[in-house]
Amino acid sequence: MTQIDPTTMWIIIVGLAIGSYALRFTFIGLVGDRPMPLWLLRHLRYTAVAILPALITPLVVWPSATGGQPDIPRMSAAAVALLVGLISKNVLAAIFSGAATLYGLLYLLT
Amino acid sequence: MAAATSKSYFWKGFRDGTPFVFVAVPFGLLFGVFATEAGLDIVQTIAFSATVFAGAAQFAALQLLQDQTPTVIVLISALAVNLRVAMYSASLTPYLGSAPLWQRACAAYLIVDQSYACSIVRFEKEPDLTIAQRMAYFFGSVTPITPLWILATIIGAVLGAQIPESWALDFALPITFLAMVGPMMRTLAHVIAALVAIVVALLTVGVPYNLGLLIAGMAGMMAGAQAELMLERRSPS
Repeated sequence: MTQIDPTTMWIIIVGLAIGSYALRFTFIGLVGDRPMPLWLLRHLRYTAVAILPALITPLVVWPSATGGQPDIPRMSAAAVALLVGLISKNVLAAIFSGAATLYGLLYLLT
Repeated sequence: MAAATSKSYFWKGFRDGTPFVFVAVPFGLLFGVFATEAGLDIVQTIAFSATVFAGAAQFAALQLLQDQTPTVIVLISALAVNLRVAMYSASLTPYLGSAPLWQRACAAYLIVDQSYACSIVRFEKEPDLTIAQRMAYFFGSVTPITPLWILATIIGAVLGAQIPESWALDFALPITFLAMVGPMMRTLAHVIAALVAIVVALLTVGVPYNLGLLIAGMAGMMAGAQAELMLERRSPS
């Protein structure tokens, strides 16, 4: 893995610490009891389900560990983790089945 | 008397929050390992977990840094991943908004998936709770998790240096995030938001500075919001 420059890292840590706190404080601290526009709430509802898949998809299709070549163990592990999560609604069960698939197939195929 | 009841709500929250230890501890371990692999020292890793206190955003920031993304884009993208805590904050505001400012300032730091999930269920179920009882419950629900999250990060960081490459930890992040996404698919609109985000992410992979992530995220959010409107129109409830 590439090493990250310490100054950059501290900028990220401090920036994220302040930014995350601002996100958390804005509504509960500043808005208080005033109502918020519906269109804003409607978009905020879908942030996590949009951003997380957008972040992961390229990592699944073109994994950095294989030099960007799509590979079967990683694709299968991703599919299993997603499916188990969808069906069981249990994050830990999904993580463990995905990891089991990854290691099982890596062991069998390499 | 009032103080005694608040105290019992603190312990109610504590009990309801305890099962989430089984999510927070492995996730913290994983972050510690991942951070060490990325070259962070132990002080940076602890500072990261203790001040940002948002696993998904922390993972996202490290992943983007590995890809040589400019600092500003890393910050914006990681905060976008964390936008859901703003949603939680907004959703808790009607219940906790009239508490004293110093309590709300402390509570804000502790808004995470687990404390939100516990609290919103309890507040909806028991609408007659006083503000003091709600705050006690909220703080109780996050008390078992916070120290263990930081401790797990430290243990992961210490162990991380000794983990060989054959363990394929590069894929810990995708698996963890996908596992989190599954249970979030509560409605058709959530599914549509995720699918649009995936397609746009694949199409924009060539866009520089990883801006494709933000474009795909926004496209997904808009698709989800529009789908929700259309579904509401079709079946008024």
